[in-house]
Amino acid sequence: MKAGKYLLIGTLFGIILTKSQVISWFRIYEMFRFESFHMYGIIGSAVVLGAIMVQLMKRSGMKDIDDNEIVLADKNKSIIRYLFGGTLFGLGWALVGACPGPLFALLGAGYWTILIVILGAILGTFVYGLLRNKLPH
Amino acid sequence: MNPWPWYVAGPLLAGVLFTMLYFGKTFGFSSNLRTICSMGGAGKFADFFNFDWKAQRWNLFFLVGTVCGAVIASQFLMTDHAIDLNPKTVAALQDLGLSGHTKSYVPGEIFDVSRLGSIKVLAILIGGGFLIGFGTRWAGGCTSGHAITGLSNLQLPSLIATVGFFIGGLLMTHLLLPLIF
Repeated sequence: MKAGKYLLIGTLFGIILTKSQVISWFRIYEMFRFESFHMYGIIGSAVVLGAIMVQLMKRSGMKDIDDNEIVLADKNKSIIRYLFGGTLFGLGWALVGACPGPLFALLGAGYWTILIVILGAILGTFVYGLLRNKLPH
Repeated sequence: MNPWPWYVAGPLLAGVLFTMLYFGKTFGFSSNLRTICSMGGAGKFADFFNFDWKAQRWNLFFLVGTVCGAVIASQFLMTDHAIDLNPKTVAALQDLGLSGHTKSYVPGEIFDVSRLGSIKVLAILIGGGFLIGFGTRWAGGCTSGHAITGLSNLQLPSLIATVGFFIGGLLMTHLLLPLIF
């Protein structure tokens, strides 16, 4: 594993999130009020282009950098975990105005109190791990 | 030094997805939270954290890169942090008593260091983070893993998760935020 290339692509990701204001609490609030096309345009165009890319990759049998087949693992079939987990995630997303990537980008942009949210997210992940066998999936 | 419009940011994000697939990896940011738990010894408390986290180091480098990218963008690629919001959104923010969009990415009433003395603000920060961490692992992914990677691969589970993201987000924005603020 070469660390450099992941650092580099992560850096591009951080620049995109910051320069396009995706990491702004206000942009998320505006999105959930359907008062701007900005966020929908970003996610929508990424998905449309992404879907075309993935199809082309699959059909052309493109290989990855190590000459392995490119595999996108199918997610397990279920409804409950995606709907319930997704809804809890959405509540948090709209409350603190950031999803996991932007949480760390906000830290880089100098918003220090986001560290408390990150600690909360790590705690939430830990508690999920503890309760995992008791939750419907 | 203007902010990037959607038609620049969206295609670039698709480029990040493509590059990660070319590197033989799946683009998904929230898996890092599980990795961080494992690094901290959470495997002693739950089997969920007993996995070879070192195989996930590439994603931690991606995370460090994300922080660096935000430093570079905010220090060198932008003149200010003002957000050009829809006037209707501005009016709704005034009703809630939240401000700061003319100079900051986040409302000062929640994120200013001076507000940390408030139990309510602390509860919002920790509770919001908790919901994100718990919800994303239960759903098996966040915005990058489901809404971008999963939908690009036309997966029904990711569509259900994304619908869930919006159910939660709409409930919070329209019902709960007016009660909280």
